[in-house]
Amino acid sequence: MNEEPDVIRVLLAKVGLDGHDRGIKVVARVLRDAGMDVVYTGLHRTPGEVVQAAVQEDVDVLGVSLLSGAHMTIIPDILDQLKETGAADIRVVVGGVMPDGDVDALKEMGVAEVLLQDTPPDAIVATLRRVVARRGPR
Amino acid sequence: MSAKKTGGKNDLGMDLLDGVEKGNVRAIARMISLAEAAKPESRPALAEIFRRAGNAHVIGITGVPGSGKSTLVDVLAKAMRASGRRVGIVAIDPSSPFSGGAILGDRVRMTELTGDDGVFIRSMATRGALGGLARSSLEAVDVLDAAGFDLILIETVGVGQDEVDVVQAAHTVVVISAPGLGDEIQAIKAGILEIADIHVVSKCDRADSNATITDLKGMLTLGVRAMDMHEGGWRVPVVPTSAETVEGIDDLLAAIDGHGRHLADSGGLEERRRQILEMRVLKTAEDIIRKDFRDRRDKLSGLMDRVRDRSMDPHEAALKLLDRINED
Repeated sequence: MNEEPDVIRVLLAKVGLDGHDRGIKVVARVLRDAGMDVVYTGLHRTPGEVVQAAVQEDVDVLGVSLLSGAHMTIIPDILDQLKETGAADIRVVVGGVMPDGDVDALKEMGVAEVLLQDTPPDAIVATLRRVVARRGPR
Repeated sequence: MSAKKTGGKNDLGMDLLDGVEKGNVRAIARMISLAEAAKPESRPALAEIFRRAGNAHVIGITGVPGSGKSTLVDVLAKAMRASGRRVGIVAIDPSSPFSGGAILGDRVRMTELTGDDGVFIRSMATRGALGGLARSSLEAVDVLDAAGFDLILIETVGVGQDEVDVVQAAHTVVVISAPGLGDEIQAIKAGILEIADIHVVSKCDRADSNATITDLKGMLTLGVRAMDMHEGGWRVPVVPTSAETVEGIDDLLAAIDGHGRHLADSGGLEERRRQILEMRVLKTAEDIIRKDFRDRRDKLSGLMDRVRDRSMDPHEAALKLLDRINED
């Protein structure tokens, strides 16, 4: 049969009042060049919209970029809604600018990884692959 | 062709069938992923999906890049929802020929539909499929069909030779032309414009849209296909739309529904269904053969020596290659 290799699917989202999408577009390009399918949803989405899109798209990773400082309210909301939908196996990776202390708190909540602004492209690809491998096949 | 030994049971996805039938979003999404992964273990489940499908009206939306396909799908699906029907959308973007990866950006334009449970949007990459329409896209349509969506929109990749494929996948083909591409209209005349059941001129809030509408109407009255080639003499309409002012969207929906009724009344629907299924069988056979060749490069190398010194031509080598596969 015509079996395809497993392609990692990622949804990249900007949530809330945050118009800075330069970074997320660069990340989208980097992941594409690493052979991943990247669904991009555009700016100003609500946590509910992002979760609905991630579930419909059946992505392996939901990547949320936040440069607005609202991560400690938006991310828990997203994690809760994923759980409610029965989609907790979709791993959440957060990227952007945030205080070091918040990084641990986010991981405590269930975020798989946090990638700060100085993460090199190769490290982003490697991190996503590791996150998906850690989750295992579903 | 040898069936690959899987070792395990072939029941992958069987547990999702109930959920798909009930319209469970998670189950539908997982099943489409199984179609995309194309593992042998999920064939029985996908075969069951195919048995349950066949009720939806499938509409193909195609046009040049930037003609406004995603934007039109967004407002069109909203109008369809207003008529009380459930809408499935398969939005296709190209895969990189180099990395195999893809950026699927159709959702960026589909802002009117988020939060509505009656709409299911799935973005898919072509993944190198010949003709731009992957076998898995058609299986995704089956999944949405089996899940009870009344209308299913396939949004194709931007124009190319690829586009003609959609006519063999949809009951109704909508071709979008944008104004300001006057010369291009001439250039693609022999291509996708011929396959339209309905023409849309998008961005008709722009002043130069009238010229595009006139061009299209002129082309349709000249063409042989205008009346003869369409089932039962369907007259191809030209519908001006503007997603900006939401103009013409109801007209477009009426034209789509009208074409659906026309197909049902004229007997054209059965003919289209037969053509679509025939194309799918052929495409799947091509997929299997191509995969088989990739897996057995070694078989090719012996033949290649003879092709390279020109003692055998590529056609004969291809026939020999097929013989060897069938021997296994």
